[in-house]
Amino acid sequence: MSAATLCLHHFAEESYALEDYQGGVPRWCKGCGDNAILAAMQRLCRDERLRPEKTVFVSGIGCSSRLPHYMRTYGFHGIHGRALPIAEGIKLARPDLHVFVNTGDGDCCSIGAAHWIHAIRYNMNMTVLLHDNHIYGLTKKQASPTSPIGTKSNTTPRGSYLDALSPLTVTLGVQNVSFVAQAVDWIPESLFQILTAAYRHRGFSFVRILQRCPEFVGNMFEPWVHDPQRMLMLTHADGIRVSPALQKIYRNQLPHDPADINRAREIASSEDPIPVGILYRNPQVPCYEDLRGAGKLRTAAQVHGALDAELDKFTVWPQ
Amino acid sequence: MNAVTPLPARANAARMGSAATVAKHLQTLDQHVIEIMSDSGEGAQKCGQSFGSIAARTGNGVWTVEIIPAEIQPPARSVAGASGNRIRIGSHQITNGGDEADIAVAFNEQVLLGRVNAGELKPGCIVLLENMWAEHDDAKIAGQYAETRDRLVAEGYRVYEVPMETECRALVPDPRKGKNMFVLGMLCNIYSLDMNLARDQIAFIFGKKDAKVISSNVALLEAGWQWAESNLDFKYRVPAVKATAPQVVINGNTAIALGVLASGMDICAMYPITPATSASHYLSDVFERAGGIVHQAEDEIAACAFAIGASYTGRVAVTITSGPGYSLKQEGLGLAVMAEIPLVVVNVQRGGPSTGQPTKVEQGDLLTVMFGSHGDAPKVVMAPGTIEDCFYSMITARRLAETFNMVVVVLSDASLATAQQPFPRPVFSTEWLAPPVDQNPVPDGAKPYDWDPVTGLSRRFVPGQPNGMHTLTGLAHDRNSRVAYDPEINEQGMRARSMKLATLQKTLTPPPVFGDREGELLVVGWGGTRGAIEEAVARLRGEGHRVSSTHLTFLQPMQPGIGEILRGFRQVITVEGNWADDPNDPLIDESNRRYSALAMLLRARYLVDVDCWTEVRGRPIKPGTVYAELRGRLAHLETSR
Repeated sequence: MSAATLCLHHFAEESYALEDYQGGVPRWCKGCGDNAILAAMQRLCRDERLRPEKTVFVSGIGCSSRLPHYMRTYGFHGIHGRALPIAEGIKLARPDLHVFVNTGDGDCCSIGAAHWIHAIRYNMNMTVLLHDNHIYGLTKKQASPTSPIGTKSNTTPRGSYLDALSPLTVTLGVQNVSFVAQAVDWIPESLFQILTAAYRHRGFSFVRILQRCPEFVGNMFEPWVHDPQRMLMLTHADGIRVSPALQKIYRNQLPHDPADINRAREIASSEDPIPVGILYRNPQVPCYEDLRGAGKLRTAAQVHGALDAELDKFTVWPQ
Repeated sequence: MNAVTPLPARANAARMGSAATVAKHLQTLDQHVIEIMSDSGEGAQKCGQSFGSIAARTGNGVWTVEIIPAEIQPPARSVAGASGNRIRIGSHQITNGGDEADIAVAFNEQVLLGRVNAGELKPGCIVLLENMWAEHDDAKIAGQYAETRDRLVAEGYRVYEVPMETECRALVPDPRKGKNMFVLGMLCNIYSLDMNLARDQIAFIFGKKDAKVISSNVALLEAGWQWAESNLDFKYRVPAVKATAPQVVINGNTAIALGVLASGMDICAMYPITPATSASHYLSDVFERAGGIVHQAEDEIAACAFAIGASYTGRVAVTITSGPGYSLKQEGLGLAVMAEIPLVVVNVQRGGPSTGQPTKVEQGDLLTVMFGSHGDAPKVVMAPGTIEDCFYSMITARRLAETFNMVVVVLSDASLATAQQPFPRPVFSTEWLAPPVDQNPVPDGAKPYDWDPVTGLSRRFVPGQPNGMHTLTGLAHDRNSRVAYDPEINEQGMRARSMKLATLQKTLTPPPVFGDREGELLVVGWGGTRGAIEEAVARLRGEGHRVSSTHLTFLQPMQPGIGEILRGFRQVITVEGNWADDPNDPLIDESNRRYSALAMLLRARYLVDVDCWTEVRGRPIKPGTVYAELRGRLAHLETSR
């Protein structure tokens, strides 16, 4: 075998075990939905055979944002609200890296909301997991923008005042949106399927994951967890097919073509039943890193040439 | 030439006749300051820049400064709307914009008034004033013109009324678009400059346009020259020394942009902000040809975070901003400090606090960049003192950021941003460039924060390196980058980050002293005031005073040897463009006086009783102002011996 063939052969043989992606021991609370998200992510990395050194998990601040510490890949646990611009910088500088973002409803939809809107527009190739538990957990129970109206918390002891913000309808309202899905932590199989589809989409893949926080809002999703009929499973040949096993439990299914953005917006508006699956996907939206020609090799001769060409414009030569 | 209606005789106004020549008084000058101002869009800036370029080609020392109105389209003929250039030319190197102007050229009397009221014109200054307004259909305008002209004459200005509009109309249909080249011709005549150089300059600036455009502008240029030759009774010559090596003439922001390009950085993330944006504009235009990218982020915070993300992956990135943007970036900068991600930040200072004076000059951000971001966040702070420094400091900044895994802040200011000065053309070196991103496997057992016990330095692992996987964090962390709250590790991390500054400091050399190393008075400055301070000091030294100056390019860490320099003088004073309380104010005494930024730092570090003199008038500090202040202090020192 030639060296190149050997290299390809080696690459094809390259495989990883779940342990290869397991970092520190998670310190989330017992029953926290983040554990399910972590398990799905590790499985995704293994099944997609992502090289750990070429994979970066970027996060902001909050319970969700601890996730990179529990992966054995590169991780960037940044500052509150700024995971997306950090991830964008990483991707523009190094399009060869697999970039994932873990963010929460406070991190993404409140302090980082401006970046969220613009990240959708940039449509850089990354997978964004919005761990949406409808509450601030790390700072111990304050209302978040996605808390349903009336949510009692330490800052809203008599119930929150405002209608909840919908991350799905907001995302679907921004130009250049290219992938929007919703998953729930309590259906691990569908969570994994949706994350896989998100990873495989080339563009800004936004997955809102409804995630339980037993510590502070233990009852938030209980009615849905206990009544599968209140879940609306989106199915389509171009979307996700619900497995026969799941079909038996989640009989409330809706055929939905992910290319249909208007229908996607209608479905996204439903809080009950909770839609699960791919709401929208458009592989045609250009990625910012492609538009900007990121990742090209740059030579000293190029820099030298460009500098001299510019200096020529401003040079006074001896007469 | 066209007949010009003779103007009423005035004590100080030139008589305009059709005579082909007037008696000339030729004077040789050491230096001169010229201001050209018009309404926005009339081209005074292009005229001024061209004049500066021609003088530079001639071999004169040159410094040009833009006169910029705060609004994009200020009302025509408004006092606040002056747009143009100040050009200082000399028979030697010129390092600053100089004192009050010797000649002012104005396209209307209102823009001129703005400069008169700001005290920017020398008493008795020559004024070349467009006279079309005298005959204006609107009696109010004609009245304003006459009133201003008479006032200027009464105040002793030498007013020459120039029929710019009439002269230009003979050559072009829209004189408003051509007057600037007519004025350029006048100035070439007045300063005895080579018209061939002027024609070349026109060919250069209109090079992309039709040949007709060039020929009509050359005609305007020649008409201006001829008019001045025939009508003005004065002429100057500023001796020039031809350059023996190529020089580039650029402003500070262009120098910063070219420095970014030359440094091998390839990503600049920014958000528009005055007066920094022109650096990013220019970079946007040229960076891609060298494989670089300028990313305009959604806000200042995102620009900082984006640059941090890009830097994290292996190659240092830069973010360019001004004061308000810098304030917004500070949390991100703290993250870069904590996680030890190299980053270059340019802060082109403007007036503050808050929105302050966006287009004006101030040095108010020194303490902010040194101590900003909560907690102990040591960063390297550099301040270019010349246009040339703006270029090279970017190369140095990138390299320091990379070597020390630190944030390096380059503090420029509005006076350097738009000022142009010739300096030796840089000769590219591959050593300026960043090394390729390291993608080698990390050796077993190596730790991402393996702080050297002495220097605090550690090797950085970047994504793509097998075996180097770790999660970096803005939380306190141990050598393995694991979140750690124990007392020992927190102190170790703080110490390591601090030691890097000390390590850098050990590699620096003492700042040079301008003048003797001992004397009565030492002036210490930093940043864009360098030229004005050294000019004032040179003048005083020429008069026999024992005064010297030193200019700091590193503010953090400070260069070694500064204490020894300070102790060589009886009194030390900083000259800065930021606020300091006046000790003569009724409520101010030593227990509450707020010193200027550098004075405070020097007092604290060297325990020397450093005084300060500052100005926050939104304009470059003039050498004459510094001279007068220092002379007063020297007189006091010299008599108190």
